[in-house]
Amino acid sequence: MVWTIFGVIIYLLIIAYLGYRGWRVTATTADYLIAGREVHPYVMATSYGATFISTSAIIGFGGAASLFGMGILWLTWMNVFFGIFVAFVLFGKRTRRLGHVLDAHTFPELLGRRYQSTFIQGFSGIVIFLFMPIYAAAVLIGISRFIEVYLHIPYAVVLLAFSLILAMYVILGGLKGVMYTDAFQGTIMLITMVILLIYTYILAGGVISAHQSLTDMAYLVPEKLAKLGHRGWMEMPRLGSRYWWILISTITCGVGIGVLAQPQLVVRFMTVKRDRELNRAVLFGSIFILAMTGIAFTVGSLTNVIFYKAFGKISLAMAGGNIDKVIPLYIGKIMPSWFGTLFLLAMLAASMSTLSSQYHAGGTSLGRDFFEKGIGGEMIERGERTVFVTRLGIALSILLCIIFSLIFSPNMIAVATAIFFGLCGATFLPSFVFGLYWKGMTRAGAVTSILGGFIASMIWMGFFHAKEAHALGIAKHLFGRSTLAGFPWTVIDAQFIALPISFILAVMVSLFTGKLADKHIQKCWKYL
Amino acid sequence: MLGISGWSCWLAYIFCILSTILCVIYGIAMWNRGAEAEIIR
Repeated sequence: MVWTIFGVIIYLLIIAYLGYRGWRVTATTADYLIAGREVHPYVMATSYGATFISTSAIIGFGGAASLFGMGILWLTWMNVFFGIFVAFVLFGKRTRRLGHVLDAHTFPELLGRRYQSTFIQGFSGIVIFLFMPIYAAAVLIGISRFIEVYLHIPYAVVLLAFSLILAMYVILGGLKGVMYTDAFQGTIMLITMVILLIYTYILAGGVISAHQSLTDMAYLVPEKLAKLGHRGWMEMPRLGSRYWWILISTITCGVGIGVLAQPQLVVRFMTVKRDRELNRAVLFGSIFILAMTGIAFTVGSLTNVIFYKAFGKISLAMAGGNIDKVIPLYIGKIMPSWFGTLFLLAMLAASMSTLSSQYHAGGTSLGRDFFEKGIGGEMIERGERTVFVTRLGIALSILLCIIFSLIFSPNMIAVATAIFFGLCGATFLPSFVFGLYWKGMTRAGAVTSILGGFIASMIWMGFFHAKEAHALGIAKHLFGRSTLAGFPWTVIDAQFIALPISFILAVMVSLFTGKLADKHIQKCWKYL
Repeated sequence: MLGISGWSCWLAYIFCILSTILCVIYGIAMWNRGAEAEIIR
């Protein structure tokens, strides 16, 4: 315990130093909002990855892997291929160039200036500001509960201390402070996960032996899970079964596609000076993401082998039916004690790197996009006090997150994450993609797509998709039943419905409405 | 193959590794490409 506390103190001191360095080199609005557009590719890629990967990806989805098995690796493939290769090569370079040409400092500002619409910038900003703290609360609850159990510190104390530390370096250091600390935190996460994978494969008797052992355990699948479609940890669930829909629509596609339009990730593309930095970041980013999700999911699946060898139980039975406990149990009961300290630091790093970017994106959305440039533009003197207003926005974002964290129950973690990913994909992705690739996309098309995607997502999550509908309770309150449709609609993710609607609206409305001025389109396409 | 029985899980495992190799090769091949202030001017 002494070494653990010593490790945490050293870690926090390094974070404080990096936050201070970020503050020292932040002189302009561009420094504060987009790190001065001069970030090193390793820092950019690691920051992108560390922001993307939170404790819920490692503990939550690692636990899900102990239930679903290796089929969840399709999400890792989506993360590497779409989340890195497609995002950086097809979207990243164009986002960076368009961001430079339009002098955009945030994701809503990029959309607003591309479509010459203060409504788009303001509406996008307020959606991000209101929903980002819900996602951030999911991360904050996860790490606070983890520390509460691990270090025996009361939940509320952890929550407030954590928020205070983050507030100091995010509010003062801006995106430079966030990205410097992200790179350090990402490096800790990378080292920890590689050790975890090697140790697990050694314990299970090597790569092929480990996989073969898991294959041979198919007969241990509980009858209850088999009825839901489970066929073993080395097989995909039965086609069309409840488990198949959850694994494919919610876990694989919901997260795999939703990541492409996350404002806190898109803004990373605007932090580098040249395309060359993005080319190099593809290399670092892919290795990082494979090491994070690939290892978490592989180890999560293999915990069944290790637990069965050691205790004669599969992971689900070991965790008493709560899959969120599988990875912490595995670290506590199987891994050596020194690794427990390293894993705690990695989880601190994973949550802090995600939270800091969520707060920064939430704050810039309220300060820059809503108040200064968007809907509330008349409320303050334009062009002045950007950093001050953004800092105020970040402080409000943190406050909102603390309130949600104290209100939400622990089982809201997965729901809150799904809400934000689903919402971002359906609301922003068509306008973002067509904004980069289609000259014919009109302002009306973008507005309709953004509003249509947002409303369709909200309706689907509130009334049809069981996971969110149960938690929100709107359908129950209005109609006396928790969802308005039966299987399979209750397990089909909102993005499966709302994203196609949003894309169709974007195309159809753009084909029949007035184009943007040729001069503006030529300006946008000058470097695309 | 590799001790993985289900073809879909095996494909997922291989695709993860192949996608990462694709990204690494792309990163190395393009390491010095894309270097060519101009936009601001």
